[in-house]
Amino acid sequence: MSGAIAKLDKKKPADASRRGAQTGHGKAPAAGKEAPGWANGLKQLYDEVVKEPLPDIFDDLLSKLDDKN
Amino acid sequence: MDSHQRTASDKADFKRELTGVVPHLRAFARGLCGRPDMADDLVQETLLKAWAAQDRFEPGTSMRAWTFVILRNAYLTDMRRNRFRGDYDESVAERILTAPAGQEEPIHLADMRRALLTLPPERREALLLVGAGGFSYEEAAEICGCAVGTIKSRVGRARAALTTMLDEGDMPRRSIDDVGAHRAILEELDSVASGHGVSEPTR
Repeated sequence: MSGAIAKLDKKKPADASRRGAQTGHGKAPAAGKEAPGWANGLKQLYDEVVKEPLPDIFDDLLSKLDDKN
Repeated sequence: MDSHQRTASDKADFKRELTGVVPHLRAFARGLCGRPDMADDLVQETLLKAWAAQDRFEPGTSMRAWTFVILRNAYLTDMRRNRFRGDYDESVAERILTAPAGQEEPIHLADMRRALLTLPPERREALLLVGAGGFSYEEAAEICGCAVGTIKSRVGRARAALTTMLDEGDMPRRSIDDVGAHRAILEELDSVASGHGVSEPTR
């Protein structure tokens, strides 16, 4: 975790980040090699939710739907 | 659309795959609307709709992309019905108050979250799909029902805005969901409450 946090610090010059944003092309995902300093943080926000334990409501809902069939 | 009768095993596969994408639906929804409780409502709505439409899912294609389309449409519909408006203040308070004690979310992640919410929805969405969800520009374009160039441009603008806010430390002072404006209002309220400033009569 700390690696990604460190990368969120203002270490990268803004120019480099901008250039990265503008040269994003083809099928490459945005978080490429020239990703700006915050790119890991964005991924981290998403991944943190993915890794959260799932509240029961979702399993309950799907089971209920399944029972109806 | 097709009259192909789904077998019991098709249905079991569908349920398994749908269950598997729930964490991703939650992450996408939370990124879109910023509020954990609303995001989970949105996911439930998505699951209901996906379930009802399961005959239209083509086995072998991406369940995540298919359900993201459903979630996105549900979100846009809710937005149009004003369901998420006026909740922003509460959401700021909530995020400050519910920051889990032991977790110690790095300050930069909290900034990230705020910065993301200041983006116009269509840019936020494009950035979430590509930068967080790992979709290609082509896949994101398909999910959003727009041209690949449009997605590229939205992602580019979103990235530039985040770079300005996060790497250059410049949070904006306008936009509907503006955190800066919200803070300014609170500061003004504080000032009025503490006896300074003149409050205008309301009408």
